[in-house]
Amino acid sequence: MTYLGLSGAPRGVGQLRGAQSFPDAAKEALGNDQLRANLKAATTTIRAKRAQVVAEVPDWTQLRSAAAAIKDETLANLENYLVEFESHVVECGGVVHWARDANEANQIVVEIVTAAGASEVVKVKSMATQEIGLNEALSDAGVAAIETDLAELIVQLGHDWSSHILVPAIHRNRNEIRDIFLREMDGVDPDLSNDPPALTEAARRYLREKFLSAGVAISGANFAIAETGTLVVVESEGNGRMCLTLPGTLITVMGIEKLLPQWRDLEVFLQLLPRSATGERMNPYTSMWTGAVEGQEFHLILLDNGRTATLADPHGRAALRCIRCSACLNVCPVYEKVGGHAYGSVYPGPIGAVLSPQLTGVSDNPSLPFASTLCGACLDVCPVAIDIPNMLVHLRSRVVGERHGGARPSLESMSMSGMALAMGGPRRFEIALKALRVGRLLNGRWSSSRGRGPLSAWLRYRDLPTLPKKSFRDTLEKRDSR
Amino acid sequence: MGLFITCLVDGVYPRVGESMLRLLRRLDVDVQVPRSQTCCGQMHINTGYGSMVLPLIRNHVESFARYDVVVASSASCVGAVRHHYPGIARDSGDEDLVRAVAQLAQRTYELSEFLVDVMGTTKVGAYFPHTVTYHPTCHSLRALRIGERPLALLNEVEGIELVELPQAESCCGFGGTFAVKNADVSGAMLADKLSCVRETRAEVLTAVDSSCLMQMGGGLSRQGDTTTTLHLAEILASTR
Ligand code: SF4
Repeated sequence: MTYLGLSGAPRGVGQLRGAQSFPDAAKEALGNDQLRANLKAATTTIRAKRAQVVAEVPDWTQLRSAAAAIKDETLANLENYLVEFESHVVECGGVVHWARDANEANQIVVEIVTAAGASEVVKVKSMATQEIGLNEALSDAGVAAIETDLAELIVQLGHDWSSHILVPAIHRNRNEIRDIFLREMDGVDPDLSNDPPALTEAARRYLREKFLSAGVAISGANFAIAETGTLVVVESEGNGRMCLTLPGTLITVMGIEKLLPQWRDLEVFLQLLPRSATGERMNPYTSMWTGAVEGQEFHLILLDNGRTATLADPHGRAALRCIRCSACLNVCPVYEKVGGHAYGSVYPGPIGAVLSPQLTGVSDNPSLPFASTLCGACLDVCPVAIDIPNMLVHLRSRVVGERHGGARPSLESMSMSGMALAMGGPRRFEIALKALRVGRLLNGRWSSSRGRGPLSAWLRYRDLPTLPKKSFRDTLEKRDSR
Repeated sequence: MGLFITCLVDGVYPRVGESMLRLLRRLDVDVQVPRSQTCCGQMHINTGYGSMVLPLIRNHVESFARYDVVVASSASCVGAVRHHYPGIARDSGDEDLVRAVAQLAQRTYELSEFLVDVMGTTKVGAYFPHTVTYHPTCHSLRALRIGERPLALLNEVEGIELVELPQAESCCGFGGTFAVKNADVSGAMLADKLSCVRETRAEVLTAVDSSCLMQMGGGLSRQGDTTTTLHLAEILASTR
């Protein structure tokens, strides 16, 4: 890892780019009324739950600052902590692999699974393995990966994509879930109802068999402790713990930014994460393990995939503080309207609009930094105080900068320069104000919302204000102004 | 005191500027409007053209150099001066500008901040016999954290009937160039906001940013709604 913090580090590949631009994908999503109703109901509930349990913690603000400070210190010394962490994992019988990017990580996993002779693996819910597209890579190698998190399972059986970091099936309601189970689950009761307990029971039966038969399990990690080599997975259902303990081989894929220096740092993060994520005071299951237990083989894959490149960017590195709680998604008014698929990456919502272009480089995700009104709701709830709005503004300037590097200036950049020029001095500005009032002549005739360009985009949903006869400065008397 | 007009008020909503003047003069504030001011550059900054606004920042700083206090009718423009100017000035490497910007940021207030914090009053002697609902704009709420100040001012207005706006803190969907770059998402957010406004049955919708009012007013007018949009300054300026 000689490139830690240096430029020239590998770009993120894998499931971080969409086929469409955000505005196009969003437009499609907006047409889906069922999706919008589901999203609205789910985000409204979770917002209220989170707000309530966060308000109970008197030192929330201090916890948040502590978390941000711990993460920043870890990131500033990441190379040392990684080496310390690696040595403890190895001491305790684990095998550590370093992966530059998604492709390398997938290759390593496929080799381990093939060597273990497994044709089926069980999986703990994990963002890192989604980021690298591991299930697809395994399937190409003839290995079936079974998601054991209930919501991930619904997504997988529905041949679908997650639309939320934590609640991957947030875009599905229970009727849709029943239909998916009836269609895809072997041996399911044909009279299955849409009752949540009945649906859970059907999934439980299905998964029990998988836990007992699978030889290999694959997980991610929420935290990793440098001083001990311990890995931590936080979950709600207990299915993750089944995966971590039953199969003979365990493979963990984790982003290098998941480290915390000390065991006692968990005190801070285990208070912040569940309250921010599910609105629970404490999550039902927290599993921790250090190296391999007897009779088990344990492999750890440390994934870069654009993280060192992000670390090298002083304006962008705070994105690596993220603990994937998804509080920012749940409060985001844009996410609430369009859901996760519109973002094209496995990381949706406000943090996705920052993290995806940071990992891939902005040229591969140029529309995401603009997918926000900069309303600031995300910053308010983020447990590690990532200033997402400001980072978006910074990324926007990078997008504009890269476009400027291109052959021809865009219409937008020309009008922006034109406006900056017109506003550069009072005389020019007064002429511009006069020119604006020429627009008065067109009042009432600006009713067409067809066509392209900013004016017709505005007119699609709103009227224009009636322009005044005089600008404010023209109404001023001598005594008012200087 | 120097009045920071903002380009949108200057060109499109002069009545907001006139109300600011009338209100502040009524409160015996010595207000001047420097003619050299143009635009703070917020739209450029937020759209990724921050590198173009250095001349605008210099012009803005010079225009207001001689005033003890600067007051604006827009929370988002004050936000640009407070939160974005310092970084851009730092990047320019011009130490004098860094200092001037830091001082200006401390002397610049949004209207309700100025009235409540600097003048120390919520009673401005206004009369406005209408039902009014207040939308806290995102920048006033989360960038400037002006909190309940506008409501405290509105509460003291004679004759007013204030109606609480449901889901008041959600964004109206404007977001500057977001409104045209992501017009469909913006339109969907606007539709939600307007259905909450409609629930209040208020005659007037008010806020502290003319830009958000342009979005919400434009939507109301498109839907043939009779609710009018007025800037907080317009309500506070009206008398019997
Ligand atoms: S950015 Fe903050 S709020 Fe969003 S998922 Fe990450 S930690 Fe949670």
